[in-house]
Amino acid sequence: MKPSSMTQGAERRLRNKTSFGQTIRNSLTMAYRGLLKIKRTPEQLFDVTLQPIIFTLMFTYIFGGAISGDVQSYLPVIIPGILVQTVITTSVVTGTQLREDMDKGVFDRFKSLPIARIAPLAGALLADTVRYTIATVLTLTMGYIMGYRPEGGLGSVVIAALLVIVCAWAISWIFAFFGVIARTASSVQGISMIILFPLTFLSNAFVPADTMPDWLQWFVKINPISHLVTAVRDLANAGTVGWDLTASLIGAAVIVAIFAPITVRAYMRRT
Amino acid sequence: MNYLNGSKIIPNNGDMAVEARGLVKKFGDFRAVDGVDLNVRAGSIYGVLGPNGAGKTTTIRMLATLLRADEGSAHIFGHNVAKESQIVRQLIGITGQYASVDESLSATENLVIFSRLLGFGRAEAKQKAAQLLEEFSLTEAAKRPLKNFSGGMRRRLDLAASLIAQPPLIFLDEPTTGLDPRTRNQMWDTIRRLVKSGSTVLLTTQYLQEADELADRIAVIDHGRVVAEGTVDELKASVGTSSLQLSIQNPQDVENARQKVEEVLKVQSIVSPEGGKITAPMADADRVTDLLIAFRQSGIQLAELSVQKPTLDDVFLTITGNNPHEDVAKPSNKSQQAGGIEG
Repeated sequence: MKPSSMTQGAERRLRNKTSFGQTIRNSLTMAYRGLLKIKRTPEQLFDVTLQPIIFTLMFTYIFGGAISGDVQSYLPVIIPGILVQTVITTSVVTGTQLREDMDKGVFDRFKSLPIARIAPLAGALLADTVRYTIATVLTLTMGYIMGYRPEGGLGSVVIAALLVIVCAWAISWIFAFFGVIARTASSVQGISMIILFPLTFLSNAFVPADTMPDWLQWFVKINPISHLVTAVRDLANAGTVGWDLTASLIGAAVIVAIFAPITVRAYMRRT
Repeated sequence: MNYLNGSKIIPNNGDMAVEARGLVKKFGDFRAVDGVDLNVRAGSIYGVLGPNGAGKTTTIRMLATLLRADEGSAHIFGHNVAKESQIVRQLIGITGQYASVDESLSATENLVIFSRLLGFGRAEAKQKAAQLLEEFSLTEAAKRPLKNFSGGMRRRLDLAASLIAQPPLIFLDEPTTGLDPRTRNQMWDTIRRLVKSGSTVLLTTQYLQEADELADRIAVIDHGRVVAEGTVDELKASVGTSSLQLSIQNPQDVENARQKVEEVLKVQSIVSPEGGKITAPMADADRVTDLLIAFRQSGIQLAELSVQKPTLDDVFLTITGNNPHEDVAKPSNKSQQAGGIEG
């Protein structure tokens, strides 16, 4: 049993396991592929550029007066909220694009290569953090233009932005899972929106929770999105770090721990 | 009736590139692959011949770890496809029916990404990509997006991508389907070169001619089963060197004429479904004279007479045809060793 004898003299080292280092390298290469694709088709960045601008403008001027009395004092409430909502919504696109990508022949080749099984998925998700970064920067820039001056200082805002990006990446595993199991890209969009809409709106992102009925407050308080929004507000507006930040990070870790393995398994089973 | 050579398990001593036993793949109730056995000797070209939907692609996908077999087992150079899939992936390259390359990227980018995934460094990957593009005469198109590539260029790039790691076993799924004759000949040359450099090639095809040109041994597959296996010569011998085609003027005479054919030529004949056309293997051309005399004597009038070289259709009709009690293709395995490249 010496396959090396067939390999034109080249010695082959054969291992049935992929090392952790190789997994990282493979994922980074796949992320590079994702970035190249974004570079080739920049029009797919429309949603992450337009949505932050339109939503920030719209929500601030519609709700500002009613909720906080005036737009200026609503900005510290809405900007963190809209930031979380926009970036998380963007992560749905990850799932739909993954579905479209997987329908192409090139995924067959990825499957037949001796690479880490998770790499094609992890790479795609990693490349999409570029999208979240664009959405984050644009939302915060819009806020700044409209007069938002976060009191926590630049450092805290950067940490808050990173927190949102990391959480969006974690959540994108959920949509990646739908992307892998769904038949078409539009059904991914459908399922994802049904989940995402209640989750982002039944939170404290736009409106303080204490104006809601008790039963709804209960949900809003346990909603992980609320924790993330509160963590961002604490950081951006006061520069403080609290339990909400920890809760958000734990939530993100739990999502990845559950969805990354089942997504990879579903990906492997699908043909 | 079974032409398989699979009942005998050949012990793996490292020189079998592929050993498959009773592979089965079901899609719902449909058995796409229904107990396929294959033995491919290292360093040879092995052809899997069959019509659309015979289970060729499904078989290859199982061997290449892309699909899990429902039953049976397969070993690539002695490594179990199901249990040691990551090792198997290090030993194979696969070029599918549909080019598995990235449409939105350029040829160079595609090859660089695959090389990087296979563990080449940044500079090495670029070098490898350039070298392969040169070898497959794609250098001029290297920077263009694949959208503007012709079918042949795409296929060549796909093959180039399969060869990055210089795998000892290469699967080619219908490598020339849809290519023009000139490009097809280039592809054949490339495949022959590969084997000269020590690789083993398992290719599927719908064309007997292609199998004839390239393969050392052939398995004919139909409805998910291997219906015949042997060298090209053995298979061709089983259908006769050529076949005789007779159109009978009067439809009522067809059955009578068929009997005459079987009597005089002493072979099995087939009446085409459209009726009126009889096809029979023509092993001995001299007997056709007797046949024509017999027709004249019984008053059977011919509308047309032609002689055709064997095609895949004939192989199928002979092997899978309606009355297969006669042993038409029983290759003797003992005497067969995979030899040099023929054709």
